[in-house]
Amino acid sequence: MGFSLTDIISINDFSKNDIEFVLKKAEEMEKLPKNKKNSVLADKVIASLFFEPSTRTRLSFETAIQNLGGKVIGFSDAGVSSTKKGETLSDTIINISGYADMIVMRHSVEGAARRASEISPKPVINGGDGANQHPTQTLLDLYTIKKQFGKITGLNIGLLGDLKYGRTVHSLMYALEKFGNVNVYCIAPESLRMPHEIIEEANGSIKVEETAKLNEFLPELDVLYATRIQKERFADEFEYEQIKNVFILGKEILKNTKKGFRIMHPLPRVNEIKPELDKTEAALYFEQSRNGVPVREAILSILKDVKK
Amino acid sequence: MKEDDVRLTPISNGTVLDHLPIGTALKILKILGLEKPDKAVTVAINTESKHSKTGRKDLVFIEGRELNKGEYDKIGLIAEGATVNIIKDSRVEKKIDAELPEKAHGLFECLNPKCISTVEGLPSRFDLSKRPLKARCWYCEKTMNEQDLFKAIK
Repeated sequence: MGFSLTDIISINDFSKNDIEFVLKKAEEMEKLPKNKKNSVLADKVIASLFFEPSTRTRLSFETAIQNLGGKVIGFSDAGVSSTKKGETLSDTIINISGYADMIVMRHSVEGAARRASEISPKPVINGGDGANQHPTQTLLDLYTIKKQFGKITGLNIGLLGDLKYGRTVHSLMYALEKFGNVNVYCIAPESLRMPHEIIEEANGSIKVEETAKLNEFLPELDVLYATRIQKERFADEFEYEQIKNVFILGKEILKNTKKGFRIMHPLPRVNEIKPELDKTEAALYFEQSRNGVPVREAILSILKDVKK
Repeated sequence: MKEDDVRLTPISNGTVLDHLPIGTALKILKILGLEKPDKAVTVAINTESKHSKTGRKDLVFIEGRELNKGEYDKIGLIAEGATVNIIKDSRVEKKIDAELPEKAHGLFECLNPKCISTVEGLPSRFDLSKRPLKARCWYCEKTMNEQDLFKAIK
């Protein structure tokens, strides 16, 4: 079966088959010799529109475009675009889709990429729309798990930190639900628990357990996906001070984990993973970040011939 | 006009909303902009009904106004199972069952201030599901529950 989407906007648009199609293509991209890879986007112009700052997403997209032999136009700061003059997103997209063969964009407004896909005759790839979606992050998370363990189903995956507001962990839950047969352990302080409706939707297809204690399920885990706990999420600063150190991962946790255990993180981290873990076998987060390139190469290569 | 409606003045041209679940009549007046109507609007709340499961219903008679498809959809949102009767020359010309539409385009605005439809004033697009009633914005993917929807419907 082929790939069913013409734009990459939300992980919720993907079927399991679509996800597997991207993961397989990413694996192929990693194996493709440089001289073959650099003609995939020959003569293609890709617009990279970052209305909001980004390091990993923008640079890995632009690396992927360069690796595939495409040309990049765009901006990395809305201050240098017509947005500053008051142009609507809709007008910016209509104009730029006249120059480029594909659009990669990040915008602080939720639904911005969906709107762009609606009016652009060229494929649009969402590099993050506010607190809403960041589908290529979820795809690279899944690719990292698949590459490391050879599978996604049958694993015990812990999600740690801010599960209430964290966009990446919500999308990962929805994506894992499409695969089914995964045990997910949601580890969060009471005030940052995974929203009830997400657990309700996922339960049945995947098994979800909740705890506020990191150690409770640690020995069972294959993967611990850590996220940042942001101070501004707490109404009560005292509560933040009480819990901020509870979820900091250091070398001592490895005494209590099984063989093959890995730690992931969407990055940037602040202090939730101590640097002492970086050189251990468990640290998968830098590899995860590197996997952004083949996954984004795969997406660009799949969408390059799409007719909308 | 059925026997149990005899206490209300029949209309000769306009719309009769029948079999409204109890408590929905006033909300419907609000969403149809009939709180200060030009012509007569007659409302019955919690009136007897031989045909309803609960034995009670609300009723609205709107003189001189024929509702359109967008308005049936709005009624379907908050009063599923109601009947919209279009009356011409004192006869029922058309009878429509108000059903919850699967999609709602431009019927109400997204309540998320950070949604592109709010920021750029775009016509809204929602996917609807029932039991419980939920509306999911096509743009920002935020879900509104029944309470939010009543706030959002104008």
